Amino acid sequence: MSTAHGTSATPPQTTHTPVGLIAFAWTLVGLPLAYGLYQTISTASKLFTG
Amino acid sequence: MAVPSFLARERIVARPGFNRWLIPPAALAVHLCIGQAYATSVYKTALVADFDSSLTAIGIVFSIAIVMLGLSAALFGTWVDRNGPRAAMFVSACFWSVGFLVGAAGIATDQLWLLYLGYGVIGGIGLGIGYISPVSTLIKWFPDRPGLATGMAIMGFGGGALIATPLSRQLMGWYDPAYDGTAATVASGDAVAKLFVTLGLVYLVFMMFGAFIVRVPAEGWKPAGFDPSTVKAKSLVTTNSVSAANAIKTPQFWLLWIVLFCNVTAGIGILEQASPMIQDFFRENGTSTVAVTAAAGFVGLLSLFNMGGRFVWSSTSDFIGRKPIYMVYLGVGLVLYVLLATVGSTATWLFVILAALIISFYGGGFATAPAYLRDLFGTYQVGAIHGRLLTAWAAAGVAGPLIVNRVLDTQGTPGELVAGDYRPALFIMVGLLAVGFVANLLVRPVASRFHEPTADALFSDPTPEASTTR
Repeated sequence: MSTAHGTSATPPQTTHTPVGLIAFAWTLVGLPLAYGLYQTISTASKLFTG
Repeated sequence: MAVPSFLARERIVARPGFNRWLIPPAALAVHLCIGQAYATSVYKTALVADFDSSLTAIGIVFSIAIVMLGLSAALFGTWVDRNGPRAAMFVSACFWSVGFLVGAAGIATDQLWLLYLGYGVIGGIGLGIGYISPVSTLIKWFPDRPGLATGMAIMGFGGGALIATPLSRQLMGWYDPAYDGTAATVASGDAVAKLFVTLGLVYLVFMMFGAFIVRVPAEGWKPAGFDPSTVKAKSLVTTNSVSAANAIKTPQFWLLWIVLFCNVTAGIGILEQASPMIQDFFRENGTSTVAVTAAAGFVGLLSLFNMGGRFVWSSTSDFIGRKPIYMVYLGVGLVLYVLLATVGSTATWLFVILAALIISFYGGGFATAPAYLRDLFGTYQVGAIHGRLLTAWAAAGVAGPLIVNRVLDTQGTPGELVAGDYRPALFIMVGLLAVGFVANLLVRPVASRFHEPTADALFSDPTPEASTTR
């Protein structure tokens, strides 16, 4: 996905971002957002039913 | 102002191989929390009852917070750029959380000034620093898609209200069993104070998670396969750098300030009045055909379009360009406002579609601004420049409601207004959007005398008009 283009003589240490960490981070922000979306869509639906 | 070493920018420079898709959730962790600022209406009535005060007096809390957002973003923007996103997110989390705790103390002890100081001033500083904290970092991680990147984060600010509104209702219901979340019951002050403490602590943890995982790219880093010359080929996009101190000397900055001010003022005009507005537009013989529950649904729908517009329109700007997308926000927005004022009351579905599109442009205007600044001024101090631009939001936050409320006050009594009473206010918004449209048309590339000197230029020209605030 990502590459570095450093200019130093000794190449810097590389790293690997665990996929699990990325999935966890997206889940952590995605779950509350999904809750908010669900609640808001439920409320918004009253515009057409209420 | 130095920061502890664990917060320093040097400590969070990503090594080669770091996956940049960890940065958007870090940004969202902050923006989803500070977006609570848009959910203050959920406990407004409870606070009016608890303090035995007026809606205006309680509404000032939100106004102070938005003004402080603009001021702190402008004042601390350079500090944020210099010290990096972790320090900014950490400080923002502390201010935002302490703001809630001090506000809770104010509610618990019936001292309104403490609520102003806590949520308004202290929390407002957290809002401003938090809002700009991930922006320049995202732009640097996503030079190929800056609109998408900032759209994701600033969408979070809209999403924050979507989460905080139902969550606050549920929490207040737990803390005060007599409150059922409907307009028929009002939560006690004690329940609101406990809500503030809960939100303050939850937001502290959540925002610290963002501060913990955020990283900045190493100097010279670029995504695999990305060729900066393809971006430079687009009009208005620079590869030069302009400092924040120099940016505010350029006409481009002030033209964008006018663009943002006009777009936000026009959007707030509808957002502030959304619930009574839809009822007033469809009032016949003194009775509205739109029920209170349906009006609440309309507010929810606008929230969705406000959030969605931030992501969709800002991402679209990566393909069609920043100036053209603002021509859509302001030009099409102007036409939609005229339609709303003239034929908006003929059918509910038409009113809803027009308002929803207008609000999506309002959200899009917020989310596209950082990418527009990046195009014009480069990435060098884009966070600080964005911070200064947000004073337009603070000004619009005062002007928008003032225009609408003043006009409506002259037209009649709340609860008895009809569609025609809104026309003067709506046509003022049309005028504002026209001003913004012209301002956007006038935006040209920034003159080279404002650019920071490059290594080559330093050898060829020893006296450029460079900033002294590096």
